[in-house]
Amino acid sequence: MDPLRLDLTCPLRSFALELALEVGEEPLALVGPSGAGKTTLLRAVAGLVRPERGWISAGETWLDSQRGIDLPPERRSVGLVFQDYALFPHLSVEDNVRFGASGAVGETLERLGIRDLAGVRPPELSGGERQRVALARALAREPSVLLLDEPLAALDARTRVQVRSYLRTLLRELGLPTLLVTHDYADAVALVSRVGVLVEGRLVQLGTPKELLTSPATPFVADLIGGNLLFGRAARRGDGLTEVVLEDGTRVLSTDEGSGEVALLVYPWEITLSRTAGDDSSRNHVQGVVEELVPLANRVRVRVGSLTAEVTAASAERLGLKVGEGVVASFKATGARLLGSR
Amino acid sequence: MRRAFDLSLAAAGAIVLAFLLLPLLALFLRVSPATLVHELGSKVARDALVVSLETSAIAHAFILALGTPAAYLLATRRFRGRDLVVSAIDLPLVLPPAVAGIALLAAFGSRGILGGTLSAFGLSVAFTQAAVVLAVIFVASPFYLRQGIAAFAAVDRDLLAASRTLGAGPFRTFRRVALPLAAPGLAVGSSLAFARGLGEFGATIMFAGSLQGQTQTLPLAIYAELDQDFDAAIAIGALLVLVSIAVLLAVKLLPSWTRSGSISPVPFAPSRSS
Repeated sequence: MDPLRLDLTCPLRSFALELALEVGEEPLALVGPSGAGKTTLLRAVAGLVRPERGWISAGETWLDSQRGIDLPPERRSVGLVFQDYALFPHLSVEDNVRFGASGAVGETLERLGIRDLAGVRPPELSGGERQRVALARALAREPSVLLLDEPLAALDARTRVQVRSYLRTLLRELGLPTLLVTHDYADAVALVSRVGVLVEGRLVQLGTPKELLTSPATPFVADLIGGNLLFGRAARRGDGLTEVVLEDGTRVLSTDEGSGEVALLVYPWEITLSRTAGDDSSRNHVQGVVEELVPLANRVRVRVGSLTAEVTAASAERLGLKVGEGVVASFKATGARLLGSR
Repeated sequence: MRRAFDLSLAAAGAIVLAFLLLPLLALFLRVSPATLVHELGSKVARDALVVSLETSAIAHAFILALGTPAAYLLATRRFRGRDLVVSAIDLPLVLPPAVAGIALLAAFGSRGILGGTLSAFGLSVAFTQAAVVLAVIFVASPFYLRQGIAAFAAVDRDLLAASRTLGAGPFRTFRRVALPLAAPGLAVGSSLAFARGLGEFGATIMFAGSLQGQTQTLPLAIYAELDQDFDAAIAIGALLVLVSIAVLLAVKLLPSWTRSGSISPVPFAPSRSS
C-alpha cells in the first residue's frame, strides 16, 4: 500500500494552510481547534478544494502544481467520510454503498454490520448507523486513502463510546493510509496512535500521545491535552530546582530547568487534594477554594483557583468536597513541567 | 371592541373570497353542463385546443431541456454577473404582455433585428405557430427557471461533493444526485410554467396573430368568440379554469407528497464543518 504524501499551501480566510505530511499504514489524526484548516486539508486531498501550490500523491500523483497536474475528485482513489456523512437521502443504504462501488457490495455491508439495513433510506437511520453506512460507502470504492472528517462529532455521547472502539479496530484492520481530523484530542487518541496538532494551518507537533503528553511542543498543545497552564517568572535555585513565581504570587518548584517568563504545565491527574497541607513528598502546596465540581464517569474534576485537579469519585466523596470550601492542592516538583517562554 | 374587530376581519375576508370566486362560478352557472360539452365540440374550440396543446408541448419541451441545465448552472456556479442574470430572468414576469409582444416583433419580426437573417434562410417567424411557441417560452420560462434555481440551490453541496469523491463525474453527479433531489421543486416550476404558457394571450396576439387552426390558442379563441358565440367563449373559459385548478392542486400536493415520502428536500439538519 503506497503512503499518502503531501506538501501544500492553501490560503484560508485569515491565514494559510501550510503543511507537509506522510501517512502510511499507521493512521494519523490531526487535532486542532475549529477553523485550523482541518476540513480544508481533507478537501484538498480529495480534490474538492484547489491548493495554491503543492503536490499530493498516493501511488500516483494527484496534484503537482509545478507540472500542472490536478486530478478531479472522481479520478482520485479516495474515500472521504463527511462530518455529517452526506448520505444520499433519495437512495437506500445499499444503493448509497453501491454508488461508487467497484464490485459487489454484500461483503462491505456485512463487514460493517449494516446488511439488515440494506433497504432503509438514510433519514430513518440513527447517528451510529449513518456513520457505518458512510464508512461502507467510502470503503466500497476500495480507495487507496481514507479520509475521516470529525468521525465522532455528529454522534451522541453514548454512541460515541461504542463507535470509538469499533472504529479503532476497523482502522487498524484496514491497513489503509488513513487521515482523520478532529477538534477533540480524546477522540484522536482513542482512535489512532499517531497524533498531529494543527494550529492556524500549521503542524505544531507530530508524535505518539505519550510524546505529546510528556513533552508538548507549545503551551497550546499542553492545553489541548488538558493540562493546567500557569504563567510566571522562573529562577534557578541553589538546590538544583527551579522556582517559579506565578502571576498571583504563589511560589512553585519544578525539577525542569528554566528562567525568565515561562509557562508551567501540571496535569490534573498529578494533583492531589487534601483538607490540610500534609507531610508528604509533594513540594508544591496551593491553598484555594473549590470553585467547581464536574463529575466524569468514575472521576471528578475539581477546580481550585486557577488549577484543575482530577480525583476519583470515591476520594471526592471521602474528602466531602463542596463548592466554596477550602482545600489544598498538592503536586510534586517532577509533575511541574516548564514549557519555556510563552 | 375585539369582537367588532374580528367581525370586520371576517367580513373583509368574505368579500374578497366572493369577489374572487363569483366570476369563476358564473362560468359554470351561466350555461348548462350539456351546453359546455356541446360547445367544446365546435370547430373553433377543437382547433384552438389542438393549437394550444401543440404549441404548449413544444414550448414546454424547450423550457425543460434548456431551463434545467441553466437553472443548475445558476444555482451551483459562482461567476461574475450571476446576480444580474438571475435578476434579468425575473424581468418577463413583470413586463406588460403588450411590451413582450412588441419586443418579440422587434427581435424576430420581418423588420426585427433577426428578421433579415431569418428571411435569408427562407424563415418567417411572426404570425406562425413558431411565433406562438416563442411567445409562450418568453413568458413562461421564468416560472420554471426561478423554481429550478431554488430547487437546485437547496441540494446540500456536500452531497454533490460526496458524489464526486465516489467516482462520479460532473454529469453523473447531476443526473444521479442533483436531479432526483431537485425533482419535486422542478415539477412545481414545470406546472407553473405550463399553466402560464397555456393562458398566454397578450404577447401571442401581437406576435403571432389569431388565425384559427394556426395560431389561435384557447385564450385567443375566447376573445375571438366573444362577439360570435358567447356560449362557446364561456365553454373554453370553463375548460381553462379546470386546467388551472388541476395545476394548482398539483403544485400544492407535489411538495407535501414528497415531504411525507422518503425524498426529503432537506435531508438532515444542516451543519457546517470547520
